[in-house]
Amino acid sequence: MSNSWIIEVENLTKRYAGNTAVEGITFSVQRGEIVGFLGPNGAGKSTTMRILACFLPATSGTARVAGYDVFTQADAVRRRIGYMPENNPLHLDMRVREYLKFRARLKGLGIGRSRARVEVVMEQCGLTDVSRRIIGHLSKGYRQRVGLADALVHEPELIILDEPTIGLDPHQIRSVRQLIKDLARDHTVLISTHILSEVEMTCNRVLIMHRGKILAADTTQNLQNIMSDGGQVIAEIAAPVAELRACWEQMGEIEYFDIAPSDGEYHRCALTPRSGLDLRPLVFEQARMRGWALRELSRAHHSLEDIFVHITRPDREEETR
Amino acid sequence: MRAYLTLVRRELGTFFVSMTGYAIIASVLLLLGLSFTDMLAKLNDDPHGAQAPMTEWFYSTLYFWLILLLTAPVITMRSFAFEKWSGTYETLMTTPVSDWQVVLAKFTGTLLFYILAWLPLFGCIAVVRYFTLEPTIVDPWTTASTFFGIVLFGCLYISMGCFASALTRSQIIAAMNSFVIGLGLFLLSLRQLVPVPSADWAAKVFSYISLSEHMEDFARGFVDTRHVVFYVSLTVFFLFLTLKVVESRRWK
Repeated sequence: MSNSWIIEVENLTKRYAGNTAVEGITFSVQRGEIVGFLGPNGAGKSTTMRILACFLPATSGTARVAGYDVFTQADAVRRRIGYMPENNPLHLDMRVREYLKFRARLKGLGIGRSRARVEVVMEQCGLTDVSRRIIGHLSKGYRQRVGLADALVHEPELIILDEPTIGLDPHQIRSVRQLIKDLARDHTVLISTHILSEVEMTCNRVLIMHRGKILAADTTQNLQNIMSDGGQVIAEIAAPVAELRACWEQMGEIEYFDIAPSDGEYHRCALTPRSGLDLRPLVFEQARMRGWALRELSRAHHSLEDIFVHITRPDREEETR
Repeated sequence: MRAYLTLVRRELGTFFVSMTGYAIIASVLLLLGLSFTDMLAKLNDDPHGAQAPMTEWFYSTLYFWLILLLTAPVITMRSFAFEKWSGTYETLMTTPVSDWQVVLAKFTGTLLFYILAWLPLFGCIAVVRYFTLEPTIVDPWTTASTFFGIVLFGCLYISMGCFASALTRSQIIAAMNSFVIGLGLFLLSLRQLVPVPSADWAAKVFSYISLSEHMEDFARGFVDTRHVVFYVSLTVFFLFLTLKVVESRRWK
């Protein structure tokens, strides 16, 4: 086991009576990464996280965290993990500082150490002002911070957050995301979500899960490149349709094109090249030569949403088999 | 050990951060008070001029048993069921604490609260001691042995309550289950309900499991090791079952 891998999962399968939640997944996470677990509800994200946090056993397969097996060395793993479950359950009757201190002590920190750590994480998560408030009286955004502070309090190597921004308002989502980004400086973070933009914004690697399987695992950048492999170019040009059609037909580099009217005399052309070629200079050259007005020229940008829809499309499963 | 003590403190603390703990203590006090007045009436009516220790009178009142049978289900119902329901069970079980630490801490915390709720009994006894002309009826040894019996009884009923609570996510169901198990065990010792069979061995068994006979002995200042073994072994048995229920999430 190499030391740079913090999570190594091999052939992990989890079956509940009658259905398979996770089916033979294999992945690994390097120290210092922020990895996003992406998938529709019921894809098996939470189950995988619960197994990694040693809450549930797997049916088969192995999982290691920081080199420790999650089944046989659960205690060592739990000490190294900060886990925030879905919906962030907290003891609502406790005060913030009291709760964090209680959690720190449970996680095996000494009295002095837990006192010091609680102050640090409260500062880090912006909880110092509410340290004496009862958790049940706090807003959802603050409660989420309490959950994060709890996950951090024992200085874990790995932080696992299950849907950390669910049910928050946009402002709270932003602040929680910023917090997660800040954490990533000295921790490895694994977060799950079904909100695509969230992964796009916070993570540097994505695992796309669907029906218990990992369908894609790559950096967000790479996934986008793979998708735009077609290299489709969008050009908005002010010219008659006939002229445009003639021009594109005569260009050997264009495999396929599509022209749609835009406002005024502009037309929106979607041009797909024959090979992985960049069409943009050629299109610009044509427009310049013919004296057309060109107001937009861009390579189609695929958001993670497109990738996600593309990958989890039902007919793709047949393709991959 | 550190985690265990932290959990015990938390468990005991839950009763006092909300009204529940105070409400339970208040109702125990009320029942104890009723039991006390009942006992005083009986003492005054006694033609033989109260020779027996007063704790014996205490144990024979209805309210006394009501407290014993009702408190345990009420104070144990939330122990596991509420944590499962609110989801904090998951955060608890993903910290580096072992299952037996959790079970034992919940048991100990609840038991400490139970003992706390019973402490006013000493107040009642002190009142009698202060005003009585017969010092024999208030004997420190019988008082201690009665309290010891009450604590043993509590151990058993609280371990049953923890077991019932670990089985479900609903506090109501937990309370009902533990009350029914507890009541069932208690009713076995009622002569009016269960006629003692003629067979010698059966009569022995019934007298061995008779909770009221145990309490009678304790109230007389009689600490029988058979009774102690009965309570301790059953407590250990139910705690063991609770531990298995907690572990059972790994079998699924």
